Amino acid sequence: MGELIKCTDLAFSYEDVDVIKDLSFTVNDGDYLCIVGENGSGKSTLTKGLLGLKSPDKGKIIFSDELKKKEIGYLPQQTPAQKDFPASVFEVVLSGRLNSRGLRPFYSKKDKMIAHDNIRKLGIEELMKRSYRDLSGGQQQRVLLARALCAGKKLIFLDEPVTGLDPIVTEEMYRLIDDLNKKDKITVVMVSHDIQSAAKYATHILHLNFEKSFFGTTEDYIKSPLGQYFFGDNKVYSEV
Amino acid sequence: MINDIIEMFSNDFMIRALIGGVLVSLCASLLGVSLVLKRYSMIGDGLSHVGFGSLAIASALGSAAPLQIAIPVVIIAAFFLLRLSGNSKVKGDAAIALISTSALAIGIIAASVSGLNTDINSYLFGSIIAMDKTDVIFCSVLSVFILIIFVFFYNKIFAVTFDENFAKATGTKAGVYNMIIALLTALTIVVGMKMMGSMLISSLIIFPAVISMRICSRFKTVIITSAAVSVVCFLIGLIASYSYSAPTGASIVVVNMIVLLIASLIGRFVKKRK
Ligand SMILES: Nc1ncnc2c1ncn2[C@@H]1O[C@H](COP(=O)(O)OP(=O)(O)OP(=O)(O)O)[C@@H](O)[C@H]1O
Ligand SMILES: [Mg+2]
Repeated sequence: MGELIKCTDLAFSYEDVDVIKDLSFTVNDGDYLCIVGENGSGKSTLTKGLLGLKSPDKGKIIFSDELKKKEIGYLPQQTPAQKDFPASVFEVVLSGRLNSRGLRPFYSKKDKMIAHDNIRKLGIEELMKRSYRDLSGGQQQRVLLARALCAGKKLIFLDEPVTGLDPIVTEEMYRLIDDLNKKDKITVVMVSHDIQSAAKYATHILHLNFEKSFFGTTEDYIKSPLGQYFFGDNKVYSEV
Repeated sequence: MINDIIEMFSNDFMIRALIGGVLVSLCASLLGVSLVLKRYSMIGDGLSHVGFGSLAIASALGSAAPLQIAIPVVIIAAFFLLRLSGNSKVKGDAAIALISTSALAIGIIAASVSGLNTDINSYLFGSIIAMDKTDVIFCSVLSVFILIIFVFFYNKIFAVTFDENFAKATGTKAGVYNMIIALLTALTIVVGMKMMGSMLISSLIIFPAVISMRICSRFKTVIITSAAVSVVCFLIGLIASYSYSAPTGASIVVVNMIVLLIASLIGRFVKKRK
């Protein structure tokens, strides 16, 4: 159980407006970490920081040696432009292999095989030749998840993977992610609004809150003041 | 009919127009797919006006090779416009409109003050006889360069076009590839401006991409169809322009327009049947 990511005293801000301060947490091999918090609490900001798209004002993000950038997969929030993009499912999934190509211009047989494997793993073989823009929201998310797996088999970041999906498909998506974590031993870091499901599947919770963030195991979270607010019997926030 | 076409291409200037035009059409259509999907189509339009401005100033100053002078100016403008579009603070489309109309105005003043009124027309609207031998060589070399770079970076351009954040997050230098796309676009525009005219060159970028997206659903087929549509429309436009002595650039745009209408109808029909 090695440490994959270790963050100490992180702070992020946008032009003098502090969003996150004094944040410390670690992600260990095999963890399933859910990052929760209300709108504007800085979940997307932290994700950008972890992915190296935004550098912290203070503090350090240390990646373990085995987790170089090439081992990380990412499922971003979809942009509107993507929804009608003319590309086949296979083309999209295969593009996840790009980071392992370096300067070599074309994909190898092995890249194509890995893409096929991940397509099979997520049960979207029959969609392979279809156009991405003709798929339903849930199918599109699966395709993007397959692409994320092509990019990294050690750790995947998921940014609100169930937004806009109906309850059944949402549940399927959670199961799929849980399987990846348990069966394939992929470390999962997920941003989510859905605290109930987060508590159900995640091993660790990071609840962002400007005043006092919580980081710990899911069990501890449910007992903590922040957790009690959502899971306590009286559902009243109180300083315990 | 066949004989007419053979006779048409016995003219040297038609051969030059043919070679230059086919190459520029290819480059523009390939890049166009990425630009349209990234919502950057207006950058092409902005750049062509900057191209006109710098061409006009260069010729007003008596430069022997205005095209070669326009290239660095347009490349700088391309990087600048890309920055503006990436910056959410400034309204990207407004900024592009400001820059392109300013460049146009300055170009027109430069040209009329120095008495280049005949050239102005050909810079603005293009001309079939505008390409001389050095232009064709220059244009061919650049086009081949653009095509090679495009094929070499094809997979990266796809990734950056489809999902810039993902590409960045997984370690692809998206900024570099955006720059490459901007650089190639700038080159294509300068190279094609003489024949198509700066007012119409951006249509070569936008029309084939939009047409092929109507009927194709895979990125690779979109790219290939776009190239094919672009070349075919260019040929029809060129021949029509010669036969009816209509302006070349405008004829090509009209052909593209008709093809777009047909493609839209086909696209709708195919969707209905599904
Ligand atoms: N590019 C930006 N420039 C300035 N401020 C920003 C920028 N992006 C985010 N912010 C601010 O930073 C804060 C945190 O934003 P962030 O997007 O990280 O929140 P979030 O937790 O992801 O919210 P949501 O649940 O709505 O996705 C917000 O107050 C937001 O207004
Ligand atoms: Mg967010």
